Amino acid sequence: MPTTYLEFEKPIAELQAKIAELEAVDASDDGPSITEELGKLREKSEKQLKDLYKNLSPWRKTQVARHPDRPHFLDYLDELFEDYQELAGDRVFGNDEAVLGGLATFKGRSVVVMGHEKGHNTESRIRHNFGMAHPEGYRKAVRLMNLAERFSLPVITFVDTAGAYPGKAGEERGQAEAIARSTQRCLTLPVPIISLIIGEGGSGGAIAIAAANQVLIMEHSIYSVISPEGCASILYRDAEKARDAAEAMKITATDLKTLGIVDEIVREPLGGAHRDPAKAMQAAGKAIQKALRGLEGLSAIELKRQRRERFYAIGREGLS
Amino acid sequence: MNWLTNFRPPGLKSWLNKKDTPENLWVKCPTSGELVYRSDLEESWYVTPAGAHLRISPRRRFRLLFDDERWEPILLPEVSVDPLKFRDDKPYPSRLKAARAKISGREKEETVEGGPPISQDDCMAAGFGKVDGIPTVVLVQDFAFMGGSLGMAAGEAFIAAAQLAVARKAAFVVCTASGGARMQEGTLSLMQMPRTTLAIDEVQEAGLPYVVILTDPTSGGVSASYAMLGDVHIAEPGAMIAFSGPRVIEQTIREKLPDGFQRSEFLREKGQVDIVSHRHDLKATLARVLYHLMPKLRRSGDREVPNVAAPAPDVEPDGRSRPAGKEAAD
Repeated sequence: MPTTYLEFEKPIAELQAKIAELEAVDASDDGPSITEELGKLREKSEKQLKDLYKNLSPWRKTQVARHPDRPHFLDYLDELFEDYQELAGDRVFGNDEAVLGGLATFKGRSVVVMGHEKGHNTESRIRHNFGMAHPEGYRKAVRLMNLAERFSLPVITFVDTAGAYPGKAGEERGQAEAIARSTQRCLTLPVPIISLIIGEGGSGGAIAIAAANQVLIMEHSIYSVISPEGCASILYRDAEKARDAAEAMKITATDLKTLGIVDEIVREPLGGAHRDPAKAMQAAGKAIQKALRGLEGLSAIELKRQRRERFYAIGREGLS
Repeated sequence: MNWLTNFRPPGLKSWLNKKDTPENLWVKCPTSGELVYRSDLEESWYVTPAGAHLRISPRRRFRLLFDDERWEPILLPEVSVDPLKFRDDKPYPSRLKAARAKISGREKEETVEGGPPISQDDCMAAGFGKVDGIPTVVLVQDFAFMGGSLGMAAGEAFIAAAQLAVARKAAFVVCTASGGARMQEGTLSLMQMPRTTLAIDEVQEAGLPYVVILTDPTSGGVSASYAMLGDVHIAEPGAMIAFSGPRVIEQTIREKLPDGFQRSEFLREKGQVDIVSHRHDLKATLARVLYHLMPKLRRSGDREVPNVAAPAPDVEPDGRSRPAGKEAAD
């Protein structure tokens, strides 16, 4: 069970607290059995969770996508990959820990894997800069993709960032150019590239490693051109209207699938990936494997053409 | 700036406003604050005496860059309007309508300046013509249309213009001006970053040059995609060029940014821009770059380069005559 409950999950938190209390009594007491009562409460809690998550509003999805207990890139790496060897640095300026990556085995084959890492506690969040990369992060991504090209390895990327870091140092070192080059590198790769949005797909910082042959998304993830808060403060001149902005911008997995921006939605366990991370990540692994298989046997030229056709088609087809 | 430059006798302002002549007879220079006659500005291609490069329309950009102020207007693709049914305090279609009305008003005023009609439904306009004899497609992004924001229309315009350059074996020149992505189109606007990048790939695969002219301002998703992927980057002086604008950064780091941060000259110093070119030299600079990149298409005879009345003497035609002479010697 998660340690952190979101605001809208409060009723569940209360029920869970009650259940925990009764469980403690049940264990220590041999008086009249309260098993029946416990069973009822558990059932009620389950139903409540189901009802809450059945129709999550875009704003609630945004909160789930940012949930601190949600599995992050390093969790996926642990769960789905073997023989991981991290590779560090952009060979120009430094090593950005907001984007990590290296070589690993995925379902028996060597791949290049990379992703944004947000961190799980204060210390690691600071080390990973909350998953907000500087130019060095994107230049490292380009380097890793060059390696993938040289040794014909497929590329798998995990996207989870609020966006590229808006700071003075990053601007001085060419943040815009670094993002543009990384996007370009994805698009010109002669090997398959698959991206999975596992939490937040935040703007240019996300697309830099998500311009892929197949773009997958976890059910409660979001993918957006600007954060709902950012959009609200610019268009509505009121950051409090983030809820409305989240609604208007169509940033949920289902909306993105309808718009042709993502190819596949990976279902999450009831109540979100953070309630059963292993199950969520295994489902993701299967989806990635399926996507990779679909690209098997395509030549470099065909892979490039597929990417071009995929992205050119967005907005041309299926819109009213 | 002292109090004298700011001082106007009481009543002068209302007198100016009351007069029959349009209120935009004077333009305030953003650098020096002085008032400049609009007709003087027209002559100087909207560069103030203090050197501020004011934003200009696609028509003026075409007139500035194309030989003999002649070009063929390019019809740009139509796109799905308001796919998200987006609404903030106004529905998105009404914002589009207002922007179009503003642009066509400007067109009416400027059409007397010469050149064919401009076809512009969104923030992009494209023309095909010659730059010092070299066939060139020029795509101009217009900040006056919803801040030049990058949405589906702009993305499709970019792809169409790039593909036309490939079809006609022409150079592809893009003048950028944008606050970033068009939020009203949500993630569809974000998708224009990879889409335009793919179009650049088509131009470069065809062996044709892709030159970016960065004008004020160029930021956000535009700078993080096609604005920074040129074979050559030319910037107008003083243009704000950034990924995150100064306001966002100041909010993040809670600190004032130094003067000149994220201006063209700063970007050149930091290695992101090749050339900072005064607008009066811009055509000569562009022509020189294209001349070297497309040697087979260069104009044979000598020709005074810029359309501009008084070019700075040190920019042309030296750059062109020297290599030509050398080639003859070889």
